[in-house]
Amino acid sequence: MSELTETAPAGGVGTVESYQDSVVRFLTVATVFWGVVGFLVGLVIASQLAWPSLNFGLEWTSFGRLRPLHTSAVIFAFGGNALLSSSFYAVQRTCRARLYGGHLGWFVAIGYQIFIVMAALSYVFGVTQGKEYAEPEWFVDIFLTVVWVAYFIVFVGTLARRREPHIYVANWFFLAFIVTVAILHIVNNLAIPVSWTKSYVVWSGVQDALTQWWYGHNAVGFFLTAGFLGIMYYFVPKQAERPVYSYRLSVVHFWSIIFLYIWAGPHHLLYTALPDWAQTLGMTFSIMLWMPSWGGMINGIMTLSGAWDKLRTDPVLRLMVTSIAFYGMSTFEGPMMAIRSVNALSHYTDWTIGHVHSGALGWVGFVSFGAIYYLVPKLWGRERLYSLRLVNVHFWVATIGIVFYVTAMWVSGIMQGLMWRAYDSLGFLQYSFVETVEAMMPFYVIRAAGGGLFVIGSLIMAYNVWRTIRGDLKDEAPIGEARAAHQVQAQGAAS
Amino acid sequence: MKHELFEKNSIVMLIGILIVISIGGIVQLVPLFFLESTIEKVQGMRPYSPLELAGRNIYVREGCYLCHSQMIRPFRDEVERYGHYSLAAESMYDHPFQWGSKRTGPDLARVGGKYSNDWHAAHMINPQSIVPESVMPQYPFLANKPLDYENIADHLVALEMLGTPYTKAMIEHAVADVEAQAQADVDEAEDVVGRYAKAQVGDFDGNPEMISELDALIAYLQMLGTLVDFETYAPAN
Repeated sequence: MSELTETAPAGGVGTVESYQDSVVRFLTVATVFWGVVGFLVGLVIASQLAWPSLNFGLEWTSFGRLRPLHTSAVIFAFGGNALLSSSFYAVQRTCRARLYGGHLGWFVAIGYQIFIVMAALSYVFGVTQGKEYAEPEWFVDIFLTVVWVAYFIVFVGTLARRREPHIYVANWFFLAFIVTVAILHIVNNLAIPVSWTKSYVVWSGVQDALTQWWYGHNAVGFFLTAGFLGIMYYFVPKQAERPVYSYRLSVVHFWSIIFLYIWAGPHHLLYTALPDWAQTLGMTFSIMLWMPSWGGMINGIMTLSGAWDKLRTDPVLRLMVTSIAFYGMSTFEGPMMAIRSVNALSHYTDWTIGHVHSGALGWVGFVSFGAIYYLVPKLWGRERLYSLRLVNVHFWVATIGIVFYVTAMWVSGIMQGLMWRAYDSLGFLQYSFVETVEAMMPFYVIRAAGGGLFVIGSLIMAYNVWRTIRGDLKDEAPIGEARAAHQVQAQGAAS
Repeated sequence: MKHELFEKNSIVMLIGILIVISIGGIVQLVPLFFLESTIEKVQGMRPYSPLELAGRNIYVREGCYLCHSQMIRPFRDEVERYGHYSLAAESMYDHPFQWGSKRTGPDLARVGGKYSNDWHAAHMINPQSIVPESVMPQYPFLANKPLDYENIADHLVALEMLGTPYTKAMIEHAVADVEAQAQADVDEAEDVVGRYAKAQVGDFDGNPEMISELDALIAYLQMLGTLVDFETYAPAN
């Protein structure tokens, strides 16, 4: 069951072309494109926090409008396209079946890009619902629902026509992600339109708050976790050429993670006006969530059993394994921050931003980069990537960027949290609010620098992908041990 | 192994997933709509006046919630810094809620009445002119943009459909109420206060020539957290 087949669909002509890969190629390029765009906008808004004059006093370029542009571009545009392309690729291979629905796959791919462009433009022009990560207005929401239902039909249709008796584990995660995101999206966005550009969400106040974070946290849980675990379960075994570590662990952690995640939303609302019983449920389930999360981490990392040496020579595998390590780190940090007394300090501060980015840049970003580097030579029929050494450069530049980013946010977040609650010896609040803002300045600069490195890394990837698609091969020494051998060979050839 | 049941049948797997992911959401969300203790009984809560509502929509449009929370937690330092901790009742007419998740700037749940209209107008146009260390964007365009309130009654109707207690008179007078609340020295201003208790009346942005978006936004900011009468509020225990 953990065995992956590279063969074409039975009954097909027996070539790779009998899979529908043109749509996967399109979505892979879209992933790289939106990744660069989303990271760049992130760099812009990070810089705005350090140097507010970069808001330019214009409505279209102010932080409040660009921040949703950044979050949507990285989560839904970059992450969404990564999920679409990798799930379309993996589901065909693991089912040994062509994508169901003929042109429906293309409808999903093009429709999703139209959704992204509509959402992005509407934010810049001030059309928003004002709900975090669910900013698009009602007509964009309805359009996305149509596209998403088509995605569901394509995916389940492909599962139904599979020529393998078992549904491979990656597809469990993809399926849970597709179904749950549909439900979250519809319930959270129910609204009454007043005009094309304005609607009122049907929920209000405390009920809206919990509905929003039920949605928001499970956008993390199902979009950014379950979906990307699907990517991990296909691409890590393929790249490592090892079977998944434990079948039993994948069964246990799959069902427990999707059951527990749904409960965790209220940890975004600790000490708020949300009733205590709901807060306690949210905190408790968030802590329990640590276990199935690490189940996934263990299953991913231990898949390298017997292939650890490849980490020295294969930077693509290194990206994937580092992503799983970041996943493990942020899924430990998350439950910890969901503990009431820790949350009392961390909430409303940059610590949350740092936490999100160790997950987003480290886990989601790196596992997607790994999948892209795996996919591109396969999809365009190239012998290998243009340059593995450039992958290595990308890996280190991006990793250093993340370290800058996350540590700066840890320090600034904890510092600001402590400053807000500091009292002087006379029993007065020690710091005014603006003094705590002033103290953030150096960390905002470091964070922007870290983000800048991450952007540079993504540009290196874009270049490498472009050259690979063109069919270029860089003449370079292989990485690691093989380098010495290559040099010896080269010398031998010279003499 | 029994897991084959799910693994070999995509429909069974789908149903299994649907059941497993529904439980948590149902247990947490549904009671919130039925338990009476969810929202405290308080004196003083009322729907937003049309001008305040228009201002709130600008607050939402500009993404203010991305840097300002409207949720004071029950900690000594927060209560001293911002005022009484926030009650669920105080956001009961908020579609959507704006509790926020990040305080790049201070909490605004009780900013109403803390600063003068002039302070707000100058601060919105150029925050650094008042607070040099501020990292807030400048919003000069709000002062130059006339407020679009022609169809404000439609907004009240939509919210009334969702359960906000707007009366017929409120909906009927919606446009007139915007104009009356935003202009100093108008007799109708009394009617606005009659319909919307404690409503602030006046020329908020210092420019009597035009009802600007800034007028509406400041009217909204000036009422934030001022409605509930904490003299009569006793926390349930």
